[in-house]
Amino acid sequence: MQSSENINTHVPYWLMHDPAVYRREQEHIFSGPTWHYLCLDTELPEPGSFVTTYIGETPVIVTRDEQGELHGLINRCRHKGALVAIESCGRTKTLRCLYHGWSYHLNGALRLVPFEKGIEGKGGMPPDFDKHDYGLMPVRLANFHGIIFGTLHTATQDIETYLGPDMCAHIRRVFHKPVVVLGYYHQVMHCNWKLYAENARDSYHATILHAFYATFKLNRLTMGGGLVVNHEGWNTMNYSIGSSLQEGEYDPKELRAVMADVGLADPSLLNHRLEFADRITVAIQSIFPTCVHQQIYNTLAMRQVVPQGPGKTELHWTFFGYADDDAELRQLRLRQANLIGPAGYVSMEDGVIGELVQRGTTGQGMEERAVLLMGGSKVESVTDSRANETTVRGFWQGYRDLVGVLQ
Amino acid sequence: MISFDLERRVRHLHERYLRIIDDDRLEEWPQLFMPDGVYEVTTRENHARSLPLALMSCHGRGMMQDRVTGYRRINVFEPHRYHHQLSGFESEQLADGSVRTVCGFLVVRTMHTGAISIFATGAYYDVVAQDSDGELRFKQRTVITDSRQTDTLLVIPL
Repeated sequence: MQSSENINTHVPYWLMHDPAVYRREQEHIFSGPTWHYLCLDTELPEPGSFVTTYIGETPVIVTRDEQGELHGLINRCRHKGALVAIESCGRTKTLRCLYHGWSYHLNGALRLVPFEKGIEGKGGMPPDFDKHDYGLMPVRLANFHGIIFGTLHTATQDIETYLGPDMCAHIRRVFHKPVVVLGYYHQVMHCNWKLYAENARDSYHATILHAFYATFKLNRLTMGGGLVVNHEGWNTMNYSIGSSLQEGEYDPKELRAVMADVGLADPSLLNHRLEFADRITVAIQSIFPTCVHQQIYNTLAMRQVVPQGPGKTELHWTFFGYADDDAELRQLRLRQANLIGPAGYVSMEDGVIGELVQRGTTGQGMEERAVLLMGGSKVESVTDSRANETTVRGFWQGYRDLVGVLQ
Repeated sequence: MISFDLERRVRHLHERYLRIIDDDRLEEWPQLFMPDGVYEVTTRENHARSLPLALMSCHGRGMMQDRVTGYRRINVFEPHRYHHQLSGFESEQLADGSVRTVCGFLVVRTMHTGAISIFATGAYYDVVAQDSDGELRFKQRTVITDSRQTDTLLVIPL
């Protein structure tokens, strides 16, 4: 390795395949001092509401108790370890394990162990068994403007410090009034979770891989915009500015020629309402390690990366609007949903591109490295060009901070 | 009850639909809908919770033609094709003469590599009516998938 090379600019292929690396990440990243998107506050509307999710591979429940307080809990009975909540969401008075009926309050406290005192004084738990010692393990939560984050580590920084000032400001910009969930997508990708984490931070690929953008002159690297990094690169945002979806002339210097004979039979798909005074039309915000917050025109969504082994990742999309959307704006969001998700005109390719890297990096040469030198080797905010991989290098900075340098 | 003849014609429309998709003649697909017909693909999860988000939603033939353009000319994916199977057909005639039907489906996806997998199961919830030229066409086809997951991506309509 040359002296100018480091893990931020040169990433070994085998990091995407090695089971030992994967286990190390579960310990150092997912159980480490990191915040993870869990759900939205609005998905827990009343006492008894619960949502099940994951931090890495760890099953997690978020509940709202009778007093309205939110609780994060490991979804694992303290007896044998079975899941105590199975459904993705619902309402309940208690969390009861199906196996032997151990039952927990919504704050995680153990309330009932069947046959704790045995039958007619025979059997049962020992006299010194104390139910206080066997509550569901807690997960620390942070509710930042209606986004519920969770962490498995005791020393994780407070959420605002962790996010950084620009990230906080951008979340406030979108979560400035009550939101409502309009639906979910769940997408299975046959690649390592880090390949999706890179992809979401990568502004370089957007107008090349996602040909829909270039074909209809939508989001070009030559448009105004920038790349913002906070927290030494852990958290990043790519954004572009344009007043309308159809604004701007095609620049012949662009990489892909617009196909003159390709048009939209129904251009109403591109109708768009400017919602934010800063005129930002596309903003992809990545919170290390697994949370993505997107605004693509009028589509607003949270994406959660759930690793399921070295070669498999599930992406959970939560698509939302505002509670006070007028009927036309709501329809615009739902029509523009054609742009995003597993069937999205500008995002379906992300479902397969990580798999192509995964399949391309096996066998001979796995010790070779991916190259992330676009725009140099620094991790810093950039406002004059998005032909730059600074945000992807930022991910690897966070990775190195937690996992160390694996060579 | 619908007449035997009408049911036969509706079933024929269903068979044509899957023949067109499975034979990769997608350019003919929008013509199976009324000019202002609606095609939507959503999951049982969203539908059961009355959440309006769809994976694909086309209001009118123009938006369907654009899905075909995306598939043929714009979007990037690994070549693959579908094989549909239909099951469990039910129908009823509505007051305006149109026919509401439900029909189960199974879609097996074959990749260019030869990898075969069950890609989707679910049901078609349709409203079929006679167009001005006498042909039966879909006023609405709502595809509800049993699984909330999409493997990799969805580019060919279900």
